[in-house]
Amino acid sequence: MFTQELLDKSSLMRKKWEDEVKKVIAKNPDQKPEWSTVSSLPINRIYGPEDIKDMDFEKDIAYPGQFPYLRGNQATGYRGKYWTFRMFAGMGTAVETNKRWHYLLTTGQTGLSTAFDFPTLMGYDTDSPKAKGECGKCGVAIDTIDDFRDLIKGIPLDKITTSMTINPPATALWAMYCASAQEQGIPLTKIGGTIQNDMLKEFIAQKTLMCPPDPSVKLISDTIEFGTKYVPKWNTVSISGYHIREAGATAVQELAFTLRDGMEYVEDVIKRKGLHVDEFAPRLSFFFNSHIDFFEEIAKLRAARRIWAKAMRERYNSQDPRSWWMRFHTQTAGCSLTAQQPYNNVVRTATEALAAVLGGTQSLHTNSLDEVLCLPSDHAVQIALRTQQLIAEETGVANTIDPLAGSYFVEALTNEVEAQAWEYIHKIDEMGGMVAAIEKGFPQMELSDAAYKFQKQIDAGEKIMIGVNKYNVEDEVVDIPIVEIDDSVEVEQLKRLAETKRKRDSRKVAECLKDLAGACKKGENVMPYCIEAVKNYATVQEICDVYREVYGEYRDPGIY
Amino acid sequence: MAKRRIRILLAKPGLDGHDRGARVLARSFRDAGFEVIYTGCHQTPEQIVATALQEDVDMVGLSCLSGAHNYLYPAVAKGLQENGAGDIVVVGGGIIPEKDIPPLKAAGLKEIFTPGATLDSINEWIAANVTPKE
Repeated sequence: MFTQELLDKSSLMRKKWEDEVKKVIAKNPDQKPEWSTVSSLPINRIYGPEDIKDMDFEKDIAYPGQFPYLRGNQATGYRGKYWTFRMFAGMGTAVETNKRWHYLLTTGQTGLSTAFDFPTLMGYDTDSPKAKGECGKCGVAIDTIDDFRDLIKGIPLDKITTSMTINPPATALWAMYCASAQEQGIPLTKIGGTIQNDMLKEFIAQKTLMCPPDPSVKLISDTIEFGTKYVPKWNTVSISGYHIREAGATAVQELAFTLRDGMEYVEDVIKRKGLHVDEFAPRLSFFFNSHIDFFEEIAKLRAARRIWAKAMRERYNSQDPRSWWMRFHTQTAGCSLTAQQPYNNVVRTATEALAAVLGGTQSLHTNSLDEVLCLPSDHAVQIALRTQQLIAEETGVANTIDPLAGSYFVEALTNEVEAQAWEYIHKIDEMGGMVAAIEKGFPQMELSDAAYKFQKQIDAGEKIMIGVNKYNVEDEVVDIPIVEIDDSVEVEQLKRLAETKRKRDSRKVAECLKDLAGACKKGENVMPYCIEAVKNYATVQEICDVYREVYGEYRDPGIY
Repeated sequence: MAKRRIRILLAKPGLDGHDRGARVLARSFRDAGFEVIYTGCHQTPEQIVATALQEDVDMVGLSCLSGAHNYLYPAVAKGLQENGAGDIVVVGGGIIPEKDIPPLKAAGLKEIFTPGATLDSINEWIAANVTPKE
């Protein structure tokens, strides 16, 4: 990066500066002996040319739209188009969530994102004993295509893209989306959106579990294959670091485990489906957390693009630049927010959103200030959305692409985060891949170690959370309105499900489910069978019960 | 004969998978010298009661962050009482709204730990309020 002459000069000047520092701290010691990121990555007092002297501009940095895409996939950056303002929403019944969606579209939101309730997320119907007390509590309840039709009522499926945060029952919910589009006369080639559909991070972190790892990966490969052939604008998997981070991972662990999960899916589709990497890799998408440590997050997001580009080109011999692009959504960190002094969360979220934008995110959800306490109120959601609009349109940070490139510190930190992530990736390779690593409990234990360490740092005051372990307010009264989901939602949803079950042709449903089971046993792609089943009003749980029956049920081993 | 150590069942009732708090507490209890059994996620109240009886624990700690605590926590306390194990101390944690705490206590929860509770403060509470069985 630099001439030897400059490096020699810098070295001399640095020595002089270090002497000065020593003199000053002899009299006025630093506030604390060690300075590190929220993930405990040590940070130097200063960075200079010597910290990035081994970088090669052409190979390691380059321009946007050029390998290794450190500076972004698109040549035009945010000037052509801001990131998608995509707020996650869902609560109560499908009718209520649909109302919230229409409201969000009037406020300038540009994409939809669905939160499902726990029974739906886990593949249980509202009338299951396991669902009692949970209906509609932290997302929308969907049992059958009847509910789904209510959910998307009045939403133009060929214009608005919808993201669905759904994992074990992803095939069932995506089938409902596809079937609904067909009912509206919209061809599958025209619909766009995302299903999260990332089971590996469920075993590692989020614990929305159904079947063991291997058949779980098979179902994901089915959706990737089906999307590649018939729904080409759909992102069939959103490989997620968000939950891994929330469950306690460091920034490096989030990055490494997420990317290694992505590699596991790539390898499975190539092996199981016989597709060429460039047939499906351009539709793979990612989802990261943006936590409170500003520069660490920017470095992580920049490193993510560079690692993926290298992995795709070098590990999988991909020839299509679109496969090298890491496209990702970001959400600000729920776990960084505090129940104490909740208005401070607006500032945290703004800082995290700014980091995501400076890291070059393509889509963003900003958390609402009250999300620690309850489902977000309309007012809190509006502030969160305005935070994004303000960053885009007032602050000027979107004027130029990757403004922090070339910063000694940011480039050095990006290199450091990348190097540590590769170490993990290689370690998991040696274990035989991510499924094998999960079966050994490796990523789970790494997360527990990191989460416990962080909690002890908080308790000891070594890491600071304002309002939790510093600047606390005695006998604080939290005076924000609490949104609650009434238990009548459950009663209403039970009634609705019973009605659908009464009116459907149960013999036809049983036939569809039998065909689905047969497809599972023969190793066929399940998607066409799922679409047929949901069209005939099979429920989410009935489809998932087929999977549980054929593939076996997986229970959380409770690793800590 | 020395008293046995305090034996704790840490459980996650319901469908919620937010287990960071539970996993951190399991480590913390172990390091504090308690015996810990952690169920993992997705336990029904009946399963938790059965495990508590089978493992002969002194305390059951419940963690749920889905908003279903008002149904799930009392169900565990009631199940223990009905099975003649009302002496097992039941506590709960999570982001529990202030107004839910009195009804939960009336239902048999001895303490509710809310955000800001430190690991040490929880361990101290247990040492002071839970007596190991003979």
